[in-house]
Amino acid sequence: MASDQATTPPPPPPEIQSHDLPKVILLHPPPVFKYFKDHFSKKFHLLKAWESPLPLHEFLTNHAHSIQAMLCSGTGPSISADILRLLPSLRLVVTTSAGLNHIDLTECRNRGISIANAGEVFSEDVADLAVGLLIDVFRKISASDRYVRHGLWATKGDYPLGSKLGGKRIGIVGLGSIGFQVAKRLEAFGCNISYNSRKRKDLVSYPFYTNVCELAANSDVLIICCGLTEQTRHMINREVLLAMGKEGIVVNIGRGAIIHEKELVQCLVQGEIGGAGLDVFENEPNVPKELFELDNVVLAPHMAVFTTESFKDLCDLMIGNLEAFFSKKPLLSPVMNE
Amino acid sequence: MESIDVLMLCPMISYLEQELDRRFNVLKLWTAPEKSQFIKDHSATIRAIAGDGGHGADAEMIEALPRLEIVSSFSVGVDKIDLEKCREKGIRVTYTPDVLTDEVADLAIGLIMAVLRRLCESDRYVRSGKWKKGDFKLTTKFTGKTVGIIGLGRIGMAIAKRAEAFNCPICYYSRTEKPDTKYKYYPSVLELASNCEILVVACSLTAETRHIVNREVMNALGPKGVLINIGRGPHIDEPELVSALVEGRLGGAGLDVYEHEPEVPEELFGLENVVLLPHVGTATVETRKAMADLVVGNLEAHFSNKPLLTPLV
Repeated sequence: MASDQATTPPPPPPEIQSHDLPKVILLHPPPVFKYFKDHFSKKFHLLKAWESPLPLHEFLTNHAHSIQAMLCSGTGPSISADILRLLPSLRLVVTTSAGLNHIDLTECRNRGISIANAGEVFSEDVADLAVGLLIDVFRKISASDRYVRHGLWATKGDYPLGSKLGGKRIGIVGLGSIGFQVAKRLEAFGCNISYNSRKRKDLVSYPFYTNVCELAANSDVLIICCGLTEQTRHMINREVLLAMGKEGIVVNIGRGAIIHEKELVQCLVQGEIGGAGLDVFENEPNVPKELFELDNVVLAPHMAVFTTESFKDLCDLMIGNLEAFFSKKPLLSPVMNE
Repeated sequence: MESIDVLMLCPMISYLEQELDRRFNVLKLWTAPEKSQFIKDHSATIRAIAGDGGHGADAEMIEALPRLEIVSSFSVGVDKIDLEKCREKGIRVTYTPDVLTDEVADLAIGLIMAVLRRLCESDRYVRSGKWKKGDFKLTTKFTGKTVGIIGLGRIGMAIAKRAEAFNCPICYYSRTEKPDTKYKYYPSVLELASNCEILVVACSLTAETRHIVNREVMNALGPKGVLINIGRGPHIDEPELVSALVEGRLGGAGLDVYEHEPEVPEELFGLENVVLLPHVGTATVETRKAMADLVVGNLEAHFSNKPLLTPLV
């Protein structure tokens, strides 16, 4: 019997049509999309506002009325009250960043919209970069690498001496998950750690300073590890920087606007502080060009989380949060928005 | 003591030159038009040599100085000093251990970070305006990577301690296994290289350790492996290193030392996965001063018949 019947393969299972997948809106492609877009599009029906010819407000009005979940990042339009009002069914904002300064938290709180962020998924990478930038500034690694590549070692002789890291007093501004990882690493280098934070942390024994100026006055280095809020905007200003003294070094892996950038540049150009390691700036990707003349400054293009490991972990976490939401399970990395 | 002739082999930090000048009659070899003639002319009076990591006393120089009593090196590496000859002739040798251990270990970690996270390349990316055109690429995480250390002496241990703070598993190769450490021992450099992701050279340079990192070892470390050298240039077979990097058989390198300093193979200048430093392992104001104090202190102790501070021979 089998021989006179053409064997036909069994019909394929009905494909899950994209429109059967839970819907997630995005206003702007997050950096993680460059590498992991397919991981998201396999599981969710993505509404990509930037691909529409319509202006954003029109797009949202026409297409986003029933959308419950949004995926955003630190780049792209802010998730303002205006935008949130055009998303009447929104229950969840998932951001690929640890920072929340681009989201109107008050509006979310009032509307009962949950927020999930990157949690601690890249705290280690960010802490590693803070330490790397600090060693680079103290030991002039990028500057002397440039020196060698320009053939100057053979012609001009040894590069000027750097400065010892061990024994230096490190002031950590913001002792959250990132700040704590920075502290743990620098202790192994023989550094002395103190900190300033919104609240004293009872589980650590590092000296606590109630204000950042006092912290600076007792530190050789400030490492900015806090989030950007109304209170922390321009918190690191000329007064704070000068409190460290002429050899003072500042490292910023938080947000550019935590430092008063014009005043920082002035202090550096005039030699009033010892140097800086900066991964973030007030108006990225613009960087004050006065800094390009300086060898005691190390510049990075907001890449503290840009490792293949972190991006993969981030992708898994973002998808995990969205899946949890749609199956009515607890979010993996919820933000307490009080 | 101002009548004691000390032969200074090369210029060193001015603090050291001044401190030696104040105490001794310093003969500056590098100012002589003809070095061997200069040594001949003063051979009857030279009782001490002050050298550094790159300039020491070989057998020929030792033989030419019958009144030589002590060689004081401004370094912890003494591969340029003929130690056997010194022992044979009863000449004391001092060096500068401990005061520079942390400094060199800090730099090793700095090099690892700079290579894995592309610090120098990303600094160039910003300065050249490329950031305005797009985000930087993804680099490699340091935390949790396995670090293999060749030589678990003072500097090797200090590197291990720092890497542990980054949750890195540590393994090592040493002439003999160290019974009181918890780190994993491999009986050969080849096995070590096959089992780690970052390989750090931290041993002293001897006849046995010359080219201890050869083609085979670099192939074992592999296209994702990173090699860090804060030892001596001749620890690594340099032409093999260049071809391993250029051909992608080795993932990256952070180098502070080279076979023929200050020459650095120019093929490396165009590579983004390499960080090149001009032998700055101990190059901080604080550490160089501490090293200088030991050089002077050892000479003073010797000529006042007191115990040497940091003798090697």
